[in-house]
Amino acid sequence: MKLITTIVRPERLPDVKAALFRAGITGITLSRVSGHGGEHELIEQYRGTTLVMEFHEKVKIEMVCSEPYVDPCIRAILSSARTGEVGDGKIFVQPIERVIRIRTGEADNAALTAVNAEEVQRAAIEAAGIGGAA
Amino acid sequence: MTQSAVSAGDTAWVLISSALVLLMTVGLAFFYGGLVRPKNALNTAMMSIVALGLIGVQWVLGGYSLAFAPGLPWIGGLEWIGFRGVGLDPDPTYSAAIPQQAHAMFQGMFAIITPALISGAIVERMRFRAYVVFLLLWATLVYDPLAHWVWGAGGWLLTLGALDFAGGTVVHLSAGVSALVAAIMLGPRKEYGRAALVPHNVPFVLLGAGLLWFGWFGFNAGSALAANGVAALAFVNTNTAAAAALVTWAALDVLRSRKVTAVGAATGAVVGLVGITPAAGYVTPIAAIFIGLICAGISHTAIQIRSKSRLDDSLDVFSCHGLAGMAGALLTGVFATKAANPGGADGLLAGNPGQMVVQLVAVAAAVAISAVGTIGILVLVKATVGLRSSVREELTGLDLSEHGEEAYFGTGILTTPGVALGDSVIVTTAPPVPHPSPSPARPASGAATP
Repeated sequence: MKLITTIVRPERLPDVKAALFRAGITGITLSRVSGHGGEHELIEQYRGTTLVMEFHEKVKIEMVCSEPYVDPCIRAILSSARTGEVGDGKIFVQPIERVIRIRTGEADNAALTAVNAEEVQRAAIEAAGIGGAA
Repeated sequence: MTQSAVSAGDTAWVLISSALVLLMTVGLAFFYGGLVRPKNALNTAMMSIVALGLIGVQWVLGGYSLAFAPGLPWIGGLEWIGFRGVGLDPDPTYSAAIPQQAHAMFQGMFAIITPALISGAIVERMRFRAYVVFLLLWATLVYDPLAHWVWGAGGWLLTLGALDFAGGTVVHLSAGVSALVAAIMLGPRKEYGRAALVPHNVPFVLLGAGLLWFGWFGFNAGSALAANGVAALAFVNTNTAAAAALVTWAALDVLRSRKVTAVGAATGAVVGLVGITPAAGYVTPIAAIFIGLICAGISHTAIQIRSKSRLDDSLDVFSCHGLAGMAGALLTGVFATKAANPGGADGLLAGNPGQMVVQLVAVAAAVAISAVGTIGILVLVKATVGLRSSVREELTGLDLSEHGEEAYFGTGILTTPGVALGDSVIVTTAPPVPHPSPSPARPASGAATP
């Protein structure tokens, strides 16, 4: 089991979410974060005042995957979050020791599989098919 | 007062214009309110709104009489106190065709917005009760006499022949100069030069500027006090100068930062409106374009210089109203021509350089009474009520400390640009103010910095 943490551009979030769902990664946690990386600072002007915004708005996505899902998850993020410009973000992968589902007490891989995972994945693939055909 | 013919058209226009000028004060509340930070949005807006109440009463009780009743060249008489004798018949001194009460109310709207303009210089740090006392005293001791000089029967600047169609000197120059004095006397905000003090709601700024522009048609075209050709001329000039100034400002923005800013567009329009105010009924529309262009150039430059200085004229009232008002008053002396308004006067370009001298005298007189009056009033207010909020109140915001309300409930100061977790804003232009700075709070106040 791995904890996959990724920081992406907020404007890429809808695509990233769709790609993750298509790959069968349906249990995800989002946070709004601010980050400083290699991007150019954002300049704003108000009358005589110039502002330099050092931090950029980003979205942090966290998910825990069983081993077979780790590489599909990374591929999904790479294919959907990349724009090629500085500031596309990072993916961090860490080992996870234990997972327990609170509702049932199930442990590890059993706890990781979302109850409606297949349903969500099928819907996402169908949605992509419709969108792709258009 | 004998009964004379009241013109239905003139009366309707002046009453509508009065309502339009009232709307300007509400527009000002949004214009200024949008330009400050969220923790002070209500306090800043209330500085305009409270004038609607306070001066609305002061004007009836004594203001109109001091400004317009027959009296000395320096001050009006007391015979119209409480609107006594101000009736439904016209007063031929001011207009033969509208009820005197219409004239009184129209002028009252000017008296309301003028001191409210000053508030932009001292936002985010002045005690509300100190501001209220200042407002009342300033309207009575500065505005009413100055209005009498320029517009009142027997006023000395009127006798001298000074041209001020709708209040370039009386309203904008006086407010701008007083704003400069007040900003110096209060001192800068604690965070000035250290944090990003930038507009929290630019759409409000645009809304406010739009309401000001709309109301300004009443302000300027209504100053004809009749629904006639001069009103139409003033209307055309008002719109033309505002448009020219907006375009000029946008072009200067592009030169500075390669982008046209929304705050700049709003500011430019207001500056053009200020500049054309004294000239509206005296110049040609082509001259209005030049006035808008020149005033925008002056104010834009002044704001760039001001924002790099220690002078915390927070919303640039002096740059926008003082300097553009001064430029407009002088340019009236340059561009005025009887070709535009046969009932007006000729200026420099129409072969009457003497008008420039008169305009200079009027400007100097307005600067003098505004500066001296504001200094005197603020010294008095400081000694009695105290001018500034405590440091702690200033940092948490005056909406809570002065009004017990929040503009955006529960948002707190973390939503302020530069304070929010991710912003980490650096102000690159304003130099830091030395820390710790001496506290201008009352000596008795326990909140003074050590």
